[in-house]
Amino acid sequence: MIEIISEKKCIGCNQCVSVCPTNVFDRVEDGIPKIARQSDCQTCFMCELYCPVDALYVAPEAETAVFPAEEQLESRGLLGGYREKVGWGPGRQPVSRHEGMYQLALKTGL
Amino acid sequence: MSEARQWDGLNLEADVLVIGGGPAGAWAAITAAQNGSSVVLVDKGYCGSSGATAPSGTGVWYVQPDPEKRKAAKESRYTMGGHLAENRWMDRVLDRTYEIMNRLEEYGYPFPLDGNGVAYKRGLQGPEYMKLMRKLVLKAGVKILDHSPALELLADEHGVGGARGVRTQRGDSWTVRAGAVVIATGGCAFLSKALGCNVLTGDGYLLAAEAGASMSGMEFSNAYAISPIFSSVTKTAYYRYATFYYEDGTIVEGAGSTRGRSVIARNLLQGRQVYARLDQAPEDLQPLLRIGQTNFFLPFDRAGINPFTDLFPVTLRLEGTVRGTGGIQIIDDTCATEVPGLYAAGDAATRELICGGFTGGGSHNAAWAMSSGSFAGEGASNYARKLGPKAAARRLKGLSSSPLTSAPAGRPERTAEHIRAVQDEVMPYDRNLFRTEKVLAESLGRLDSLWEELRQTPVERSAAGVKGREAAAMTATARWMYRSALARTETRGMHKRADYPQLDPNQRYRLIAEGLDEITVSRQQVEEEALVH
Repeated sequence: MIEIISEKKCIGCNQCVSVCPTNVFDRVEDGIPKIARQSDCQTCFMCELYCPVDALYVAPEAETAVFPAEEQLESRGLLGGYREKVGWGPGRQPVSRHEGMYQLALKTGL
Repeated sequence: MSEARQWDGLNLEADVLVIGGGPAGAWAAITAAQNGSSVVLVDKGYCGSSGATAPSGTGVWYVQPDPEKRKAAKESRYTMGGHLAENRWMDRVLDRTYEIMNRLEEYGYPFPLDGNGVAYKRGLQGPEYMKLMRKLVLKAGVKILDHSPALELLADEHGVGGARGVRTQRGDSWTVRAGAVVIATGGCAFLSKALGCNVLTGDGYLLAAEAGASMSGMEFSNAYAISPIFSSVTKTAYYRYATFYYEDGTIVEGAGSTRGRSVIARNLLQGRQVYARLDQAPEDLQPLLRIGQTNFFLPFDRAGINPFTDLFPVTLRLEGTVRGTGGIQIIDDTCATEVPGLYAAGDAATRELICGGFTGGGSHNAAWAMSSGSFAGEGASNYARKLGPKAAARRLKGLSSSPLTSAPAGRPERTAEHIRAVQDEVMPYDRNLFRTEKVLAESLGRLDSLWEELRQTPVERSAAGVKGREAAAMTATARWMYRSALARTETRGMHKRADYPQLDPNQRYRLIAEGLDEITVSRQQVEEEALVH
């Protein structure tokens, strides 16, 4: 479930509020969004993917809150890690274009 | 029933209203708009991130128009689906999918290139695909209302003429009067947290049934996906490389991702945890697998598990009719329902026409979403054009089976209890996966009582009320599922009757479930045509 909106990084663009399919966040007047309904989170990682400054972290645990520490996630390179792998963001190539996609299909039919 | 004009908030008129902004809804909206209609698309979440496709990657049933290749493609799942698919529908979906995938390349979808620099179009990455679809929907001139779940359809004696609902982030209502409505709300996964599926609560089935539409193939509704026990990621393709183990490291005989899922379920039912490890994946393949499905590895990487070398506990998460094939019955090539002005597409519509009673991977589902979406968009657009200016003068009424009110209604904790009660009937493997007459009948007794209660429970026109309608939709869905499952006294496709474990050649027909309070199930013949000419 969604665990973190980094106060340090968030620029208050509210993109996560818009894209969350299950409406987990609330806009806050003159502030950064808040996680208002964590238990409605379906752990789809879309908010994290759409965050332009890698300020969000969705923990893999779908049923339970795990309260991770931001500093540790940061040091493990997990903030923004998914966006990097999908290839979104300036200077990146979408993974959908990756030649490995075709090689995988050739080898496995997947 | 209440007069349509009573609700405050946003009021819009359009030729076509599309409910649902996943791939089927997006293609319906684009096709209708390109056909000259004004279109509004409403999504309960956000068109671009909502639904089962956006967070996933999926194969696509993209087959060159070469007779041999097409024949093999059609035959590949025909038997698994219990011979309920129809040749003509498979042909037209293969044709339309081929056309749409080629258009996606023109529109700029970043396909990988093969050795000759030619786009390889057998798959789509959900985030990329749905981000592009939103752009295309807007470019086509469609008005999108995000975070705008529908609460009820509007209709008069001539048929459906719009819908209304709430804007959850603004706290007000919306009403759209339209010549035709396309339901593209997805299937129903009963809030199981299967990836991207918690917006898929059968809402469109209920809306359609309240207008008088029937459901087809609702017995094919017991798809369960393998996932790590802690995780929402229900992508199962890579489990072909898995070996399944008990806690002590001995192998679970017969367990597997395609035919051995029942073995996993039986162990879990007995309280024996099953573990998986993708130790059949050759080392040189592993980096490619990581590229193929980034989201598959995400939970493992974050949990510090290497799925190729570490054992991890698995569970089976219900995907209901999202991967199952049942849905709203469609009666012609335009994906029209029995109700004038009402169309259905994607997982909301029955997918039996191309899959019969079984879906393996997502490739047929993705093909169905884009094809049926475009068929429905075209059909709805032409229907609305025929209505002409008369549409605006119609006196429409709301069709919700539960009373909708502007006053605060009910207690939210009651809704949570209702949802839990439905889940208790549809999630257990010894109810829904392995079905018996006795257990289905017991569940139906409780579900019928729950339906009676929900039917009388007022639903507030608010975000809380939306959850109440979701509970009603899930209850209705479960009742169509189990009524149909009781009527099919055999094992066919994904429908498994423990008390009738064999396929019965005399039951090669579709089951149509009709009604809300009283449900009747009738048989419909499958269109007879040789699979290949």
